[in-house]
Amino acid sequence: MGVLSAADIEAFRITLALAGVTTLVLLVLGTPLAWWLARTGARWKVVVEAVVALPLVLPPTVLGFYFLVALGPHGPIGGTLEALGGNALAFTFTGLVVGSVGYSLPFVVQPLQDAFSSVIGRGAMEAAATLGAGPLDRFFTVAVPLARRGFLTAATLGFAHTLGEFGVVLMIGGNIPGETQVLSIAIYDHVEVLEYGQAHLLSGLLLAFSFLLLLAVYALNNRLRVVGV
Amino acid sequence: MAAFAAFNGPPHHGAHPSLPSCLRRFLGALGILGGSLVGGVLPAHAGEVKVAVSSNFSAAIHAIQPDFEAATGHHMRISTGSTGKLYAQIRNGAPFGVFLAADTRRPRKLEEAGEAAPGGRFTYARGRIALWSPDPRQVDGPGTLAKGDFRHLSIANPETAPYGLAAQQTLQALGHWEDLKGAIVRGENIGQAHQFVASHNAELGFVALSQISGPNRPGEGSRWLVPQSYYDPIRQQAVLLADAADEPAARALVDYLRGPEAAEVIEAFGYAIPKGD
Repeated sequence: MGVLSAADIEAFRITLALAGVTTLVLLVLGTPLAWWLARTGARWKVVVEAVVALPLVLPPTVLGFYFLVALGPHGPIGGTLEALGGNALAFTFTGLVVGSVGYSLPFVVQPLQDAFSSVIGRGAMEAAATLGAGPLDRFFTVAVPLARRGFLTAATLGFAHTLGEFGVVLMIGGNIPGETQVLSIAIYDHVEVLEYGQAHLLSGLLLAFSFLLLLAVYALNNRLRVVGV
Repeated sequence: MAAFAAFNGPPHHGAHPSLPSCLRRFLGALGILGGSLVGGVLPAHAGEVKVAVSSNFSAAIHAIQPDFEAATGHHMRISTGSTGKLYAQIRNGAPFGVFLAADTRRPRKLEEAGEAAPGGRFTYARGRIALWSPDPRQVDGPGTLAKGDFRHLSIANPETAPYGLAAQQTLQALGHWEDLKGAIVRGENIGQAHQFVASHNAELGFVALSQISGPNRPGEGSRWLVPQSYYDPIRQQAVLLADAADEPAARALVDYLRGPEAAEVIEAFGYAIPKGD
């Protein structure tokens, strides 16, 4: 069995930071999107739903390839940033967050959309409106508490899915220790140089961590069950 | 078409073709089709060799493939990746017949582990590296590195890819390894290191000369051909793997790679042809 090296610990830290930041961004962006999807009668809703679900079926290398092209100084995202005086995003932590947000999008939006749909179907929002609650008030005091299991599932799946990310970071990350080298890449490197001890250690840690995370969520999910459904 | 006609056409007078006979005919056609796919492509007695190829040699081996297949009648199936990854796959039982590595270390280790056929290890090419940018004004010699008007310098991973190690040695020889550390991005292999530069995400990078100087590559951008005194020779060795020692296709490939036809292609891709090693 190997011992965790400083680089491995760094990889762990980056992986957790990436999953955490990505989840936060996804909750902020995904909540209004899911709310809109749950309520709209717009015809092109199905188009948005299909786009949101794309990362479920696309290989991460496809996403990674398009991100590599788009984030580069000649691509639409990187080019715009450079024109605005910023820097292109490949090989940066920010670039990884952008890639991960795309990669984990359906894992956050879909549970939220399901949760909101069931909230809306229950008439609680209408009742609150009758009692004089404004739209924002209704959303935060009625919809969000009722959809709390959806939020929990969305946050967990978004976090866990980003933890295991490989293809996207391999394509746009540049494998920079301390910056863009995440756990899955570190494991890949260990296997390549036949350091199976370290590969086992990191893989085992990630496995145990992911299992405990899901275990905690399922246990919590049962306790959060909304009574009277 | 006959099978479709039997299903879709008007019923014949007299006996209708029963479903089982239709099915039989359909399956028969499938069998012939399948047989011709396998048998038709490969001439009689021809074998197939699965070859694991280091990324830097990918373009060259694809150029060699049609000539080899025409000359010997054998078929070649090519897998590319970093030398380190392919080596790990072979150690774990990947069914390759020939391994074209980018170094001597991995082939030697395979020989020591008894996984290479005795006497089947030889140097097939000597690699060279170049500092390259698609921008015609970016690279004008080693001074480009000192000027530092770039954000990212792409190299292959020095731990797993010999071309990455050569890049590291060059940077160390020029005294830039420490001060450029923050600018270095590492591709998983030399193919990815090249991709980072070609997609303009890194302004410049150390790539294999073969990636920017093959017969189909115009001399785009700007380059500095790194003098070979800056890095240990990249002697790229091939091994015939033990499990394929008796396979004619694998042996034929090893022989072909040592012959003059292959040498011509290899040189055209910017490699030096080894003499005596």
